Amino acid sequence: MTAASATLPLDRDVDLAANARRARARNRTWVWVGRVLVAVLFIGGWQLLTSIGVLDKFFYGQPSAVWNSLVSLFTVGTAFGSIWLNLGITVQEALEGFVFGTIAGVVIGILLGSNRYLSNVFSPYIKVLNSIPRIVLGSIFIVAFGLGVGPKILLAAVLVFFAVFFNAFQGVREVDQNLVANVRVLGASSFGVARHVTIPSAMTWIIASLHTAFGFAIIGALVAEVLGAQLGIGLIISQAQGQFDPDTVFACMVIMAVVTLGAEYLITLLERALLKWRPPVRSDTQQAI
Amino acid sequence: MGQKRDSGLVPQPPSLCSQDDREVNAMADTRIPPTEVGAAAARIELVGLTKRFITPKGDPFTAISDVTLTVEPGQFCAIVGPTGCGKSTTLAQVSGLEQPSAGTVRVGGQLVQGVTRGVSYMFQADSLFPWKTVLQNVMTGPVLTGTPKRQATPLALDWLRRVGLSGFEDRYPHQLSGGMRKRVAMAAALINEPRILLMDEPFGALDVQTKAIMQTELLQLWEQLRPSVLFITHDLDEAVALSDRVVIMTSSPGTVKDVFDIDLPRPRGDVQDIRHEPHFQELQGRIWSSLKDEVDRAYRQTAAAA
Ligand SMILES: Nc1ncnc2c1ncn2[C@@H]1O[C@H](COP(=O)(O)OP(=O)(O)OP(=O)(O)O)[C@@H](O)[C@H]1O
Ligand SMILES: [Mg+2]
Repeated sequence: MTAASATLPLDRDVDLAANARRARARNRTWVWVGRVLVAVLFIGGWQLLTSIGVLDKFFYGQPSAVWNSLVSLFTVGTAFGSIWLNLGITVQEALEGFVFGTIAGVVIGILLGSNRYLSNVFSPYIKVLNSIPRIVLGSIFIVAFGLGVGPKILLAAVLVFFAVFFNAFQGVREVDQNLVANVRVLGASSFGVARHVTIPSAMTWIIASLHTAFGFAIIGALVAEVLGAQLGIGLIISQAQGQFDPDTVFACMVIMAVVTLGAEYLITLLERALLKWRPPVRSDTQQAI
Repeated sequence: MGQKRDSGLVPQPPSLCSQDDREVNAMADTRIPPTEVGAAAARIELVGLTKRFITPKGDPFTAISDVTLTVEPGQFCAIVGPTGCGKSTTLAQVSGLEQPSAGTVRVGGQLVQGVTRGVSYMFQADSLFPWKTVLQNVMTGPVLTGTPKRQATPLALDWLRRVGLSGFEDRYPHQLSGGMRKRVAMAAALINEPRILLMDEPFGALDVQTKAIMQTELLQLWEQLRPSVLFITHDLDEAVALSDRVVIMTSSPGTVKDVFDIDLPRPRGDVQDIRHEPHFQELQGRIWSSLKDEVDRAYRQTAAAA
């Protein structure tokens, strides 16, 4: 009797956990089935429509030709040296732009967010700068600094800066004043307040912005390369565009998409490590049950 | 967090416009900078304490007016009063986080001019750092006052043991129950061995049983350290059971209406038991009749304003 009543709930627990695991696995399978289906429909439809001539493959490219072009980019290379060289340049520009833009955005965002006077002085200028179309900035940079990597890094950094700056600024403004009061009573200097409360609290916002910021870094580097460069994926794209070769343009897009997905994954890892204190989002908890 | 990510997708400039400082700081007279006073408990003296705020409409609003009150060294003093009468405001002036519009606060004879060392504050709202583990939360005080981490860690572990949270040191606040969070806050407040302990409705949100346990724990810890305590509560039983002195505040603008000395013997042991003593009941009744008028008045005030 006692044995039975002791094992009964235990059995049910095991059942519950196994059921939940199975449900989760089933869920994931269906998500992947859906994803593959979308890709097959899209690529297959594109291939079909261009094969039967509804879409002109001269303008729209064709998946099989994109694949061939991708293969030739990696085996034959490009007019400007190997694809790896060009990809390396673009990634380097994007990464440096990302790092500089993020550092500037975080530092200036936290500074202006925690200092009312500075934020009042600088806010009109920041709004004006933010309203300048980025492509115009790109042209200015290339005219001013030439065709090297410098202007690409600069444009990527500017794009990243605004994404990160506004989030860091808002993150500082949203700091729980109760926590600030608490840390001050515990004896913190203004440096201590920043270290123990402002920065960790703004970190949620900053990290959220990094996902989009890396996309912006890639865009900045590519756009600046299209505007004028000696090496880089953007140059290959603009060259292909000039030769009416949409397949190579698409192939370059595929390469950059892979890079961006990889970076996104790394940022997600960073987010998990830095924000492990955060309560799980509700949908996650529900999934866990 | 979806909301936050959105604001990254569409970087919209948050309002950068200024918002006026809401406090009226009338005082700029000659004041001695805060210094450390002896380690033991300190006397708290409030004289003519007045605090005015500027409401969003721009009118001055008097939150507390002419509060005069003394807490003897090592005394446990409770403040009760209707909601919105200025209890939290009073505590903020004592902590040095805010500056009074008029009047003075002295702690251990020293004029309070800014945040003073030796004061611990348990806030009305939850104020644990969500990004720190339980252990790091408790350690924050010693670390900020310059204790090396190597010494602060065993100290914090010891305080976690004292509040009955051994084994929870690696959890984050969101993984604790409300009562556990209050225990962490209590350990974080007491680890600095304060001369003054300010507590703003620390057990207000707890269930009756947990509250009774926490009250008994607090009394035991207080008897070991004997800081002077200012303890805000709405619970008259709690006020009488814990304190040496109960201060009644009037409805807004708050000022001291009555002071009752509680002559129940110490140590009081389990707060659950002393509730049934006749003398306890009598004191509680007297305090309630004094408070009742104010509560009624405060209720009518808010109802009229609405
Ligand atoms: N920063 C502020 N600006 C304007 N008014 C304020 C400010 N802080 C408090 N007040 C006002 O001062 C009054 C007293 O507030 P306080 O928080 O001290 O009340 P309380 O007695 O602690 O109330 P409760 O018991 O509900 O916590 C309230 O009417 C409140 O609206
Ligand atoms: Mg209050």
